Amino acid sequence: MGQRTPIYTLHVDAGAKMVDFGGWDMPIHYGSQLEEHHLVRQDVGICDVSHMTVIDLRGPQAKAYLQYLLANDVARLDVPGKALYSAMLNETGGVLDDLIVYLDGDGYRIVVNCATREKDLAWMNQQASGFDCQLIERPELAILAIQGPNALAKVSAVVSPERVDLISQLKPFVGAWSGEWFIARTGYTGEKGVEIILPGADAQNLWRQLTANGVRPVGLGARDTLRLEAGMNLYGSDMDESVTPLESNMAVTISFEDDREFLGRARLEAQLSEGVERELVGLVLLERGVLRAHHPIFSGAEQVGEITSGAFSPTLEHGIGLARLTTGADNLTVEIRNKRLPVQRVKLPFVRNGKQVYKLA
Amino acid sequence: MVDFLGELHYAKSHEWVRIEDDGTVTVGISDHAQDALGDVVFVELPELNMAITAGDEAGVVESVKAASDIYAPISGTVIAINELLEDTPETVNTAPFTDGWFFKLQPDNLGDVQDLMDVNAYEAFCENEEH
Repeated sequence: MGQRTPIYTLHVDAGAKMVDFGGWDMPIHYGSQLEEHHLVRQDVGICDVSHMTVIDLRGPQAKAYLQYLLANDVARLDVPGKALYSAMLNETGGVLDDLIVYLDGDGYRIVVNCATREKDLAWMNQQASGFDCQLIERPELAILAIQGPNALAKVSAVVSPERVDLISQLKPFVGAWSGEWFIARTGYTGEKGVEIILPGADAQNLWRQLTANGVRPVGLGARDTLRLEAGMNLYGSDMDESVTPLESNMAVTISFEDDREFLGRARLEAQLSEGVERELVGLVLLERGVLRAHHPIFSGAEQVGEITSGAFSPTLEHGIGLARLTTGADNLTVEIRNKRLPVQRVKLPFVRNGKQVYKLA
Repeated sequence: MVDFLGELHYAKSHEWVRIEDDGTVTVGISDHAQDALGDVVFVELPELNMAITAGDEAGVVESVKAASDIYAPISGTVIAINELLEDTPETVNTAPFTDGWFFKLQPDNLGDVQDLMDVNAYEAFCENEEH
């Protein structure tokens, strides 16, 4: 038996197929992954992501610490509750994890991946030794993601008038406190929605109220196809310690401004001056079929990389994927079961707010 | 709950075989198999008039989760393929024993179906496989 979130019993009651996910018993789907995907694109769905790790950071040097720890610069957080997406790098520029950091008063709230929890905490504590700040893990907190075009309306139908008011004023990529709840306009789907970090018992109540109000649960299977359509990376698939953010379509999340010294900077600058040899790109399969991780990609006869994340896009109804390729490679084909099929590079994301974004040349 | 249909013959690789009145056979995958695969999004069928041997790869079914090979449960020649699955692969999920069939064979030897499992043996086989 793995670890269980406060929502575990509610998943089982809803008919979830439970699977091991980084040591946690999590719902992969509740009957149909495709239906759950469409729910989020067309209406609303609720997803339990309490397996993710919440860490609060306090102390007078919290800001200085994060400016050293992260490739993105928390000085960009100019509004209370605002969120920043960043890579956390090792000294050689390899991606240890990707994370979200929210500005929380004088401190910060950080959400990192579940599978990397131990490694992240060890690294973060090690790097904090020279700074006057404390990392406080918050395992008692749950995280619910309510996503879809009707997400804000559906949440507003079941929460207090104060919270309705708060949600109505939240801008995208900003969060706010309401008692013990932290409500943020963030997500991993490319749709409108909120992620709510709250005590476990409150999460159970909110889950019950929303599902009683017609919001259906969405498993981690649909969450993965939603994030891929949204052109977002998955740690461990699309990037890891063997690659830098420059090779992972994350260049815009690196802040080189003000000569700020951050972990991995020297390697990134060297890579920029040498030339970045690989890039992470979006690919569309032009024939029927499904792209899957590790399918090799060719330019002519030469292999130029492989798919890092692939799926059948439920919204677009064809194969899509992210692939790490030799920079600039073109005339691409994918090899699936010994056949070469044409694929085309597209500008990410594939889907935003329910609609196809890219244009085929 | 998944269904197990009585009059069919089953392979260990989860294909079912139905003997038609004219001595040809229809092949699909079981309800148990489609349930384990999850939503089917793509099906690759064998070529018409292709001669295949029992145990050979005869196609691929891709679900949201993974790609799985389909094997010929008995030897024969492909005389029909279910083109409906090209546009509506989800039929494999919704009607695995009827509209979701994959292909039809003119068997080399119809008696070969006796090498397959009957429904009781198949149900027991699936139960064992889960444990």
